[in-house]
Amino acid sequence: MLFAEITYALTGIGLFALGLRGSLLRRSLLGRIIGFNVCGAGVFMLFVAIAYRGPEQVPDALPHALVLTGIVVAVSATALALALGRRLRESEHE
Amino acid sequence: MNSLPVWPIMLPLGAALLAVIWPRRSAWIGIAASLATLTAVGLLMAQVASRGTLVHALGGWEPGLGIALRADALAVALLLMSSLVALAAGWYATGYFRDANRQSQFWPVWLLMLAALHAMLLSADLFNIYVTLELLGLSAVALAALGGGRAAIEAALRYLTVGLLGSLAFLAGVAVMYTRYGTLDMLALAALIEPGPASWLALSLMTAGLLVKSALFPLHFWLPPAHANAPAPVSAALSALVVKAAVYLMMRLWLDLFAPILGPASAWLLGLLGAAAVLWGSWSALRAQRLKLLAAYSTVAQLGYLFIFFPLLAALPPGPARDTAFGALVLMALTHGFAKSALFLAAGMIQQHAGHDRIEELGGTARALPVTTFTFALAGVALIGLPPSGAFLAKWQLLSSAIALGQWLWVPVVAAGSLMAAAYVFRVLGFAFGPSNGVMQKLADGREGLPALLLAIVATAVLGLGAAAVWHFVAPGALLTEAQR
Amino acid sequence: MSLETWLPALIVLSSLLPGLIIFMLREDDHRLRTSLNLLGALVKLLLVGMMIWGVFHERVFETRWTLAPGLDLVLHADALSMLFVTLSTALWLVTTVYAIGYLENAPNRSRFFGFFSLCVTATVGLALAGNLFTFVIFYEMLTLATYPLVAHKGTPEAVRGARIYLAYTLAGGMLLLVGAVWLRTLAGPLEFAQGGILGNIDGLNPTTLSWIFLLLIVGLGVKAALVPLHGWLPQAMVAPAPVSALLHAVAVVKAGAFGIVRVVYDVYGVEFADSLNLLAPLGAVAAVTIIYGSVRALSQDHLKKRLAYSTVSQVSYIALGTAIAGPLATIGGMVHLVHQGLMKITLFFAAGNYAETLGIHKVSEMDGVGRRMPGTTLAFTIGALGMIGIPPVAGFVSKWYLGLGAVAAGSAAWVMPVLIASSLLNAAYFLPILYRAWFREPTREWPASPGHSGRLETHAFLLWPPVITAALALAAGLFAAAPYSPLEWTQIIAAREYRE
Repeated sequence: MLFAEITYALTGIGLFALGLRGSLLRRSLLGRIIGFNVCGAGVFMLFVAIAYRGPEQVPDALPHALVLTGIVVAVSATALALALGRRLRESEHE
Repeated sequence: MNSLPVWPIMLPLGAALLAVIWPRRSAWIGIAASLATLTAVGLLMAQVASRGTLVHALGGWEPGLGIALRADALAVALLLMSSLVALAAGWYATGYFRDANRQSQFWPVWLLMLAALHAMLLSADLFNIYVTLELLGLSAVALAALGGGRAAIEAALRYLTVGLLGSLAFLAGVAVMYTRYGTLDMLALAALIEPGPASWLALSLMTAGLLVKSALFPLHFWLPPAHANAPAPVSAALSALVVKAAVYLMMRLWLDLFAPILGPASAWLLGLLGAAAVLWGSWSALRAQRLKLLAAYSTVAQLGYLFIFFPLLAALPPGPARDTAFGALVLMALTHGFAKSALFLAAGMIQQHAGHDRIEELGGTARALPVTTFTFALAGVALIGLPPSGAFLAKWQLLSSAIALGQWLWVPVVAAGSLMAAAYVFRVLGFAFGPSNGVMQKLADGREGLPALLLAIVATAVLGLGAAAVWHFVAPGALLTEAQR
Repeated sequence: MSLETWLPALIVLSSLLPGLIIFMLREDDHRLRTSLNLLGALVKLLLVGMMIWGVFHERVFETRWTLAPGLDLVLHADALSMLFVTLSTALWLVTTVYAIGYLENAPNRSRFFGFFSLCVTATVGLALAGNLFTFVIFYEMLTLATYPLVAHKGTPEAVRGARIYLAYTLAGGMLLLVGAVWLRTLAGPLEFAQGGILGNIDGLNPTTLSWIFLLLIVGLGVKAALVPLHGWLPQAMVAPAPVSALLHAVAVVKAGAFGIVRVVYDVYGVEFADSLNLLAPLGAVAAVTIIYGSVRALSQDHLKKRLAYSTVSQVSYIALGTAIAGPLATIGGMVHLVHQGLMKITLFFAAGNYAETLGIHKVSEMDGVGRRMPGTTLAFTIGALGMIGIPPVAGFVSKWYLGLGAVAAGSAAWVMPVLIASSLLNAAYFLPILYRAWFREPTREWPASPGHSGRLETHAFLLWPPVITAALALAAGLFAAAPYSPLEWTQIIAAREYRE
C-alpha cells in the first residue's frame, strides 16, 4: 500500500474514533452533532484513501461518488438534528 | 413487466412530492398511493411466485456502476407486509390527526419513509442499502418527533444520534468490503466471498451498526422512549417496519451473503443477546405503567426471538431443515409486524378516548371500546405465540430446531418469554375488563378501529391458517446464494 | 370434497360460526342469540350422530390441513374421540338451555355466549384431534376461550380467580408444548394410533421418553387437576354456575383427563408405558389426588367449593384407570369420563339453582330445601349417590370396573383401599347434604316461586337440565349392559387398544 493511502486511512480511522467518542460523551447537543460529523468525515477519508491508485493513475471514481452521496446524507442529518435541537430549545423556554 | 420492482418505490416517492405541493389533499394522496403501492406489490408477488427472483437495472445501467433492483421472495414478503401495515396505519392516521397542519406535515414524511423502506428491501448492492437505510432513519426520526412534546423530541434526537452512529459504522464496513473485493454488488460479492480478516472486520462493523438500529439488547435503550412518545400510527410503523428493516439486513448479511464463510458457532453471541432481549424486554413490559411503553418494550423482546433464530440457522446445513427454520423466522417477523402495528393502533385509540394511557386506570375500556379491546386481545394472542397465530407455528419450529440441534438453552428462554408476554397482555386485559372509574361512554368504535382489527386478524388468523403458503413462497430460492446454484 | 373429509371440520365449525356471529349481536337481541345458540347445538348433535353412524359402519372421517412443513392439523374420528365428542355435544346442548335461563337479564350476554361457543369449539376440536400437534392447538385455545368466562362477572374476585386460572393453565400449556415439540422432533408426526406409536419406533432413549412423559403429564395434569396442580380449580368457582358446570363436567377438566388418556393409550401405548415404569407414578399421583380431594371437600361449607374438590378427586379416577394396565381398568377409567360428566353437571346445575332461586351458597343454609325444590334436590340426590358409588347410578359401574381391573392387574393391594376410602369420604360429604335437604326443617323463609312459572319450583330452563342429566346418569347405570351405552362403547375402545 502506498504511503499517502496509509496516512489518509489512518487519519480517517482516527477521526472516526474521535468523532464516536465525542458524539457519545459530549453533553451538549451541538457537541454531539459535531461529533457525528467528524465521525462521518473519518469514514469519507477512508473512502478517499481507497480510491487512490497511485501518483500517475486516475483514482477510482466509485468511492468518490459514494463520498459525495455520504456528504449529502450527513448534511441532511445535521440539518434535521439542528432543527430538532431548536425545537427542543423552544419547548424549554415555554 | 420487467420494470415492476420500480413501482413500490416510485409511487410513494412521487406521492410524497405531491403531498408537499398540495397539503390540503395530502391525506387523499397518501391513501391513494398506499393502495396503488399495495397493488404493485401484489403484482410483483405474483410474478416472483411464478418466475422466481426478478431483477431490474435502473436506467439500463448494469450493476457495478448502476443501481439494480432485486426482488426475491424474502424481499417481496416483507414488501407485502409493509404495504398492508402502511395502508392500515395510514387509514387510521386520517382520523387520528385532528389538526389539519399535522396531517399535512405527516403525509410527506410518511410516504418518504415508505419509499425508503421499499427501496431498501429491493436494493441489490451494499451502498444502495446504506443510502436507503439513512433515508429510512431520517424520515423515521422526523415522524417520531411529530408528536411535538418535549419527551418526543428528546427521544427523537437520541434516536437520530444513535442511528447515525450506527449508519456510519455500517458505511465503514462497506468501505472495508470495497477495499477487499472491489465491488459492492451483492450477487457478485456472493461469488467472491472468502474468509479472512477483511471479511470479518467488515461484517463486525456492519453488524455493529445494524444492531444499534435493530435495538438488540443492550443497544436497545433508544427504542422505548422513541416508540412510546410518537403518535400512534408512527409507533406502529416504527415497531413493525423500521426496526424490522434492520433485522432484515442482518438476515441478508448473516444468513445470505456471509453464510458460506460463517461457522456454526459464530452466531451464538447474537442468540445470547437475543435471549437477553427476550427476558429483559418482557420483564420491562410487565413493569411498564403506560400502555405504549409496554408495547415498545414488547418490541424489544419480540425482536430478541428473531435473533435466537440466528445460531440455529448457522448450525443447520443447507437443506429442508434449514428451509423450514428460515421460513419460521420469516413467519415470526411477519406475524410480529402485523400484531405490533395492530397493538399500537389499538393503544392509540384507547389513549385518544381515555385521554391517557396509564394501564392501571384503564377500567371500563372493554365496555367503552369493545372492538379496540378485542383487537388488543387478538394482537396479544399473536405476541404471546398462542394458536392459531402464525407466531405459534414459528415458535414450534424454533423449539423443534433448538431441540434437534441440542441447543437447549433457547427452550426455557422462549418458554419464559411467552409466559411473561401472557402476563403483561392479560394484565392490561384484566384492567380493561375491570370496573370503570372514569366516564368513558360506550362508543361505536367499529369504523375507527377497523384497520387495527384487520391487522390483528391477519396476524392471528390469516398467518396462522395460511402459514403453509408462507413457507411455500419463501423457502425455495429465497436467498441470493441459493438462487446462484 | 367428500363428506368424509368435511364432517369433522363441520362439527368444529358448527359452534365456531354461531359464536363469532353472536359476538357481534346487540345485547338486547335475545331471540336471535338464543336461536343461534340452540341451532348450533342441534346442528352439532345431528352431525355427531351422523359421524357415529359412520364410524359404526367402518367409515373413516378425517380432515387434514397443512399448517407448516411436517405439521398437519388433523381432525380424525376414532372410537375414543367419538366418546368425548358425543359427551361434549350432548352436554353443551343441555348447558346452553341452562345458561339461557340462568343469565336471564344479566349483562354482557352476547360476550358470554360468544365465548361459550368458542369454548365448545375448542373442546370438540381437541376431542377430534388426530395428532398431538392438533391437540395442543385446541388445548391452548380452550384456555383462551374459558378465561373470559371465568372472569365474566367482572368483580375483583372474578378477575383474580381468572388470573390464577390463567397462570396455571398457561404454564401447564407451555410444559405440554415443550414436551410435544420434543417428542415430535424425536419421533416424527405423532398421529394417534390405537395401541400407541412409540413402542414401534426404534432408537428412542427410554430416559428421554420418561422426561417427555413427565412434561406431558404435568402439562395435562394442570387442567386435569392432579394434585398439586389443582390450585386453580377452587378459585375458578367465582364463575357463573353454567360456566362451572361446563368447566367441570365437560370442557377443561375433562380435556386434561382426555389428554392423559390419549398420551398413555394412543401415543405411548399402555404396555410400552408400563414397560418404561411410567404408569406406577401416575397411579400414585392419581391415588393421592383422589384422597386429598375428598378430604378437602369435607371441610368446605361453600357448596360450589365442596363440589370443586369433589371434582378434583373424581376426575383422577380416570387417571387411575389409565395407570392400571389392563382392559378392565381401562374401561373403568374411560367410562368414568362419561359418567362423572353426567353426574357432576347435575350437581352443578342443582347448586346453581339453589343459588339463583333461593340465594343459597352454603351447605349450612340448605336445611329443608328438598321441600321447596323437590325436582332439583332429587336430581342432586341421584348425582350424589352416583358419586358415592351406590348402584344403580352410573358411578357404581365405573368403580366396579376399576376394582375388577385392579384385581386383574395385581394392584388390588393399594387400589382397593383407595377406592373404598374414597367412597366412604364421598359418603361423608354428600350424605349430610342430603340429610339436611330432605329431613331437616327449613331455618328461614324461602322466597316464593318465581312469578312466570308459578307451578314449577324455578324457571323451566333451570329445572329441566338437571333433571335430564340426572336421568341420563341413572340410565347409564341401569342400562349399562345395553347396546350403545357408554360402557359398551368403552369396551369396544379397550378391545381395540389391547389388540395390538
